Amino acid sequence: MSNLLDVKGLNVTFPTVDGEVRASVDLNFELNRGETLAIVGESGSGKSVSSLAIMGLHNRAQTLISGEVILHGSKGSTELISASEETVRGLRGKEMAMIFQDPMSSLHPYYSIGAQISEAWAIHNDGSKRDGMKRAIQMLDLVEIPSAAKRAHEFPHQFSGGMRQRAMIAMALVNNPSLLIADEPTTALDVTVQAQVLQLLQNMQKEFNMGVILITHDLGVVAEFADRVNVMYAGKIVETAGVEDLYYRSMHPYTIGLLRSIPRVDQIDNHRLDAIKGAPPSLINLPIACSFAPRCEYSSLVPGGLCNQSQPELEQKEAEHFARCFLPAERIAEVRS
Amino acid sequence: MRRIVQSFEESKGMAMLKYVSRRIAISIIILVLISATVFIIFNYLPFDPARLSCGKHCTPEIIAGNRHRLGLDVNWWVQWWRFLEGIFAGRNYGEGAALIHCGAPAFGYSFTQHECVTTLLGQALPVTVSLAIGAFIMWLVLGVTLGVISARFRNTWIDRLSTVFVLVGTSLPTFISGLLLLLFIVLKFNLISPLDLGTWHSPLTDPWGWFSSYFWPWLSLALIYAATYTRFTRSNVIETSSEDFIRTARAKGVSERKVLWKHTLRPALAPILTIAGLDFAGLLGGAIITEQIFQLPGLGRLTLQAVLQDYDLPIIVATTTLAAAFVVIANLVVDLAYALLDPRIRIS
Repeated sequence: MSNLLDVKGLNVTFPTVDGEVRASVDLNFELNRGETLAIVGESGSGKSVSSLAIMGLHNRAQTLISGEVILHGSKGSTELISASEETVRGLRGKEMAMIFQDPMSSLHPYYSIGAQISEAWAIHNDGSKRDGMKRAIQMLDLVEIPSAAKRAHEFPHQFSGGMRQRAMIAMALVNNPSLLIADEPTTALDVTVQAQVLQLLQNMQKEFNMGVILITHDLGVVAEFADRVNVMYAGKIVETAGVEDLYYRSMHPYTIGLLRSIPRVDQIDNHRLDAIKGAPPSLINLPIACSFAPRCEYSSLVPGGLCNQSQPELEQKEAEHFARCFLPAERIAEVRS
Repeated sequence: MRRIVQSFEESKGMAMLKYVSRRIAISIIILVLISATVFIIFNYLPFDPARLSCGKHCTPEIIAGNRHRLGLDVNWWVQWWRFLEGIFAGRNYGEGAALIHCGAPAFGYSFTQHECVTTLLGQALPVTVSLAIGAFIMWLVLGVTLGVISARFRNTWIDRLSTVFVLVGTSLPTFISGLLLLLFIVLKFNLISPLDLGTWHSPLTDPWGWFSSYFWPWLSLALIYAATYTRFTRSNVIETSSEDFIRTARAKGVSERKVLWKHTLRPALAPILTIAGLDFAGLLGGAIITEQIFQLPGLGRLTLQAVLQDYDLPIIVATTTLAAAFVVIANLVVDLAYALLDPRIRIS
């Protein structure tokens, strides 16, 4: 596996009249070809914002971005934050592609599915309209849309939800990108369709040997699909680990809380689900302390009220397993069980 | 399988045809109802045209005679029916030597101007249509262009400048802006001779004369509409550019220029088409103030004269019905055009 994406110290900040909203703080991660990295967190934790920043799709006039994002594409490496808009635009849709949460609103209502896919192809390739349409039909076929040649001329509103997301995937993959960012790709879909779409994504990933960043708040999807997981809270990565390590040996109280809040089929007793008490903090002028401390059940276990006085660093708890918590690994293991 | 697909396509065409014919049928019903309403209203107004056209030495016999001649001695629904009949079959007024025939489509006979109303309409309509078309093109080009520019450069000085234009344009009523244009530009610099005001130049034989005699009326009408359209276009473009499908276009690598021209404008301008069609139709009914200021003998002026001078019922009924018909037809055309533009409402 070769390195595809390096994110180093990525900060995304929105200046507002009330102060700076630090939507994503000092983000560090990397992604290999053929690997799936899940980014998990609740709404407002900075997962979507940082992926939009990687794609250069943020609103440039209202966003401050610092740090480095290096994409090792098929034609050499590019640092995306300092690159010109024109350079990034040339990579968007070609080297890196993105699919979004709601395929209905993400597809243009006035153009046929085929026209939209062929446009994505035509931007980065020389060829006639006919070639583009041919390619579009080929892609629709690939994402298992029945009678693709006919349906390519139909409009998004004539497609079902699952079909639309398949069409979005076809559009994203039309130029054979090395990086695919999937921003909650199944959230707006029926549960029965979710599995199909995920399966399709997985097949496509194998076929194209892509690196996939999967943004989701569905831990079930993560377990199914991801190789590694970044858990985000209040703009920071609070835990990062391989998917099994994360599920079986969570090292951050937030992750533990998240996992406990999932209903399980193997526990039939009728008790209420465990919720994480409280609400995530406002991202304006965050105090220098652990952002999760006010909601943390275990902050009292840390001596001297340290959680409310200084910020924990992302420290190594096990091999390939990092968490942003003052509690030593052994203590967390005790708490967890 | 192919046959099923084919018949499905055909049934889609049938559905469209059905939709269109249903809309046309509804439009006709609405028009008939509007003309009936006009007759009811005029029937209950406290005026008596028979009396008004009677003159100084009036006797009940003359009034009764007038009433019969004007066709007012029957119930309103009979009058209305005769009106509808006249549109298709033409109509005779008076008897014997004084008989006057108005050919179909007859909208009545004006006893104050001694003309068939259709003839009067035929004189006034080219004027009003000229005025409406020119103003329409002018305000659409001006409003949409300014709107797109100020959306593209929103919150810059360009946007603020256009906001000033919008404020001035919307707060200046046509009777002010029209008069100002007339007094301080047209007459001051002798762009149109005062004697020439209101002279009809046919666009077919004298296009320049036509253009120069209508330019200033167009401008005075277009200013107020353009201001509204600027604001409307601006907000529509801004709203559309925050849509998810615009983000998708960017994610594909579409250039900013194409994002605006191809992806944003079509959905942003579609609703403007609706309003533009209705506004245009409204103008076709007669721009009373502008026509009055620039002495243009159009429908608006014809109506105004009929109301002010003699209570000339046949003219008022005809112009009111015609104005309503324009709006109904525009509604139909706009709906059909919208269906062509937005694939989502093609089959409904």
